[in-house]
Amino acid sequence: MTPNNTVVQAPPANDKRLRLLEATMKRHQYRPDALIEVLHRAQELFGYLDIKLLLHIAQRLKLPPSQVYGVATFYHFFSLAPKGVHSCVVCMGTACYVKQAAQLLSFLEKETGIQVGETTSDGQLSLMTARCLGACGIAPTVVFDDQLEGHQTVESVGERLNTCLGVEA
Amino acid sequence: MDLTQLKQSTSAAQKKYHIRCCTVGGCLSANSAAVKEQLKTAIAASNLTDQVQVSGVGCMGLCSQGPLVRVETENATEVLYRQVQPEQSAAIVSSLTQSPHPEPVDLKTQPTDSPFFTRQHRIVLENSGRIDPEKIEEYIAASGYEALHHCLREMSSAEVVDEITRSGLRGRGGAGYPTGLKWATVAKMPPGQKYVVCNADEGDPGAYMDRSVLESDPHRVLEGLEIAAYAVGANQGYIYVRGEYPLAINHLQTAIRQAKRHGLLGSQIFDSPFDFRVDLRIGAGAFVCGEETALMASIEGKRGIPRPRPPYPAESGLWGRPTLINNVETYANIAPIIRKGADWFASIGTEQSKGTKVFSLTGKVKNAGLIEVPMGISLKEIVEGMGQGAPDGAQVKAVQTGGPSGGCIPADAFDTSVDYESLKALGSIMGSGGMIVMDEHTHMVDVAQFFMQFCMDESCGKCIPCRAGTVQLYQLLTKFKEHRATPADLEQLEMLCDVVQHTSLCGLGQSAPNPVLSTLRYFRDEYLVAMVEKT
Ligand SMILES: Cc1cc2nc3c(=O)[nH]c(=O)nc-3n(C[C@H](O)[C@H](O)[C@H](O)COP(=O)(O)O)c2cc1C
Ligand code: SF4
Ligand code: FES
Ligand code: FES
Repeated sequence: MTPNNTVVQAPPANDKRLRLLEATMKRHQYRPDALIEVLHRAQELFGYLDIKLLLHIAQRLKLPPSQVYGVATFYHFFSLAPKGVHSCVVCMGTACYVKQAAQLLSFLEKETGIQVGETTSDGQLSLMTARCLGACGIAPTVVFDDQLEGHQTVESVGERLNTCLGVEA
Repeated sequence: MDLTQLKQSTSAAQKKYHIRCCTVGGCLSANSAAVKEQLKTAIAASNLTDQVQVSGVGCMGLCSQGPLVRVETENATEVLYRQVQPEQSAAIVSSLTQSPHPEPVDLKTQPTDSPFFTRQHRIVLENSGRIDPEKIEEYIAASGYEALHHCLREMSSAEVVDEITRSGLRGRGGAGYPTGLKWATVAKMPPGQKYVVCNADEGDPGAYMDRSVLESDPHRVLEGLEIAAYAVGANQGYIYVRGEYPLAINHLQTAIRQAKRHGLLGSQIFDSPFDFRVDLRIGAGAFVCGEETALMASIEGKRGIPRPRPPYPAESGLWGRPTLINNVETYANIAPIIRKGADWFASIGTEQSKGTKVFSLTGKVKNAGLIEVPMGISLKEIVEGMGQGAPDGAQVKAVQTGGPSGGCIPADAFDTSVDYESLKALGSIMGSGGMIVMDEHTHMVDVAQFFMQFCMDESCGKCIPCRAGTVQLYQLLTKFKEHRATPADLEQLEMLCDVVQHTSLCGLGQSAPNPVLSTLRYFRDEYLVAMVEKT
């Protein structure tokens, strides 16, 4: 998992976020079964899981790097690449699907010029989908920057996208 | 502490009016927290603080009409307001002091004598929308932890297992395995380290029963889990919650903290020899982790990959120890069964399916929301009676139950009774409670393709029939969707469904063909129309 010929180094030890991560690992007594909790915390602190960060975690929890990498790539929640400043998540669960969520998504793709799973080239927005956000009663739902919106239409997501990106309508 | 002491310390004086505002789930997204704050401000401004109590409560059911606010007066008359905006709070408050209470004109009320409310039978949801889920006092005042007290002080473990067995409760996570039997298997294993696990991974897309229960009444799930631990001889529990449910996680954390503080978790609970600890584990977004063996792998910090059964978790589960795993709603049924007795529970529902089931009624239906109905009710009563059919006068065509493992039931079979066996006979399953209504504008081939894509994306890749089969099935369905399919493709589709169903390792692969098979069974003409014209 080492990227070709770069020397892998952990983030500088004086990084405050690393100390917070260390505290989480300590609270779990460096138990290998706490790996997923530790990855959750690491992503919360750093925004995404850098290869170097994964190696650092592997070392601290005394786990083979392959296992840490395997777990980090298995779960959809973990991201190994940086995300955009803003995020937009379209629910594609069944309740939203039958209420035309696909139309919302293709509208957003057209509007932003990116596909699902991508981040705009200026790093401003990541577009994602979710399996179900558990708010199916107000389907279709879209989350802009952690704020869930229900009963969405093409018009409302368009407006919401603009406010989210700080664009004057 | 003793339970009566607990109760005394928690009972508060009743005020003349009680305004409850739903502050979870969909209503919270619709700004209900601001509604609640504005209500409080309006009450203070009208000098009514000593007469009116405002509380934030859990889900009231009719989520599609949120934010919902329920006003109750001392003579127990109730008004339910829907789609309440924060600026309407003053109007709600001023209507209280005028008699007879006029309903402010610009506010929308919702009649509560409609089938959506009257056909419900609330056991699991009895406290939802009534108590503040963040206050243990309110749960205790509503008979909370009485069942645990009774079990620990008056019943042996074996008696608890027996009571659950006699109630006829079956697992609400999908498969409907008899709960008492599962408990008995774990209880029978030699003493030593055992675990209890609550499956709150709620994978079914389009369904949110478990989210709602955890957000609206988390103590009920904790109490059920503790009773289970006592019954099977475990002292450690895990609740595995989806990462997508931050508020549910938050309410559970609060509940655990409060229970510890009141001595309801920890050592020597209710002065008995029973000790119990519980830890939360947060899922990281993999559908397959709802499968019990994958879920346990995930709790152990590994990739969530299923393994063959037997051995079942009851014999060899977490870290190789006997482990009981049940669904959120299954645990939520336990305390009422202990409090009111197995016979009471067994008197509700049908011969084979006892009690009630919570459904999330969504999709093309007017009254979308969360309902709890007695087993044996007909689909017609749910979709047409309670749900009021499709909006905009469209024709309801089918209802999908069981999510990616289930099937589509056509409207002409809506007389069917909702129970495990009848739904199975129709080629669907009870599932965990998703009930998605589809109307004439929904194409069934698209639906089949939608679910196949889901299974393809979520396949863990361990076994070939599922890993490769779901991809091939998806491609075949795409051909139908794009009108490129031939009769040979139809034959191939059916053959492949059979292979994937019978040779996959876990339930994900085994049930992945179900949406295809059930749409082929009832809507074959849509597949035929989707084929290329013969030349
Ligand atoms: C692919 C797959 C996904 C599942 N997802 C869930 C789930 O999200 N929630 C759940 O309670 N059970 C789920 N199950 C069922 C569990 O394996 C298990 O049977 C259940 O948690 C047992 O609880 P119960 O007996 O109380 O129903 C799933 C099964 C499979 C095969
Ligand atoms: S059936 Fe699918 S999900 Fe289940 S073990 Fe096989 S590949 Fe994994
Ligand atoms: S299906 Fe979109 S919120 Fe559940
Ligand atoms: S979330 Fe408010 S009524 Fe269901």
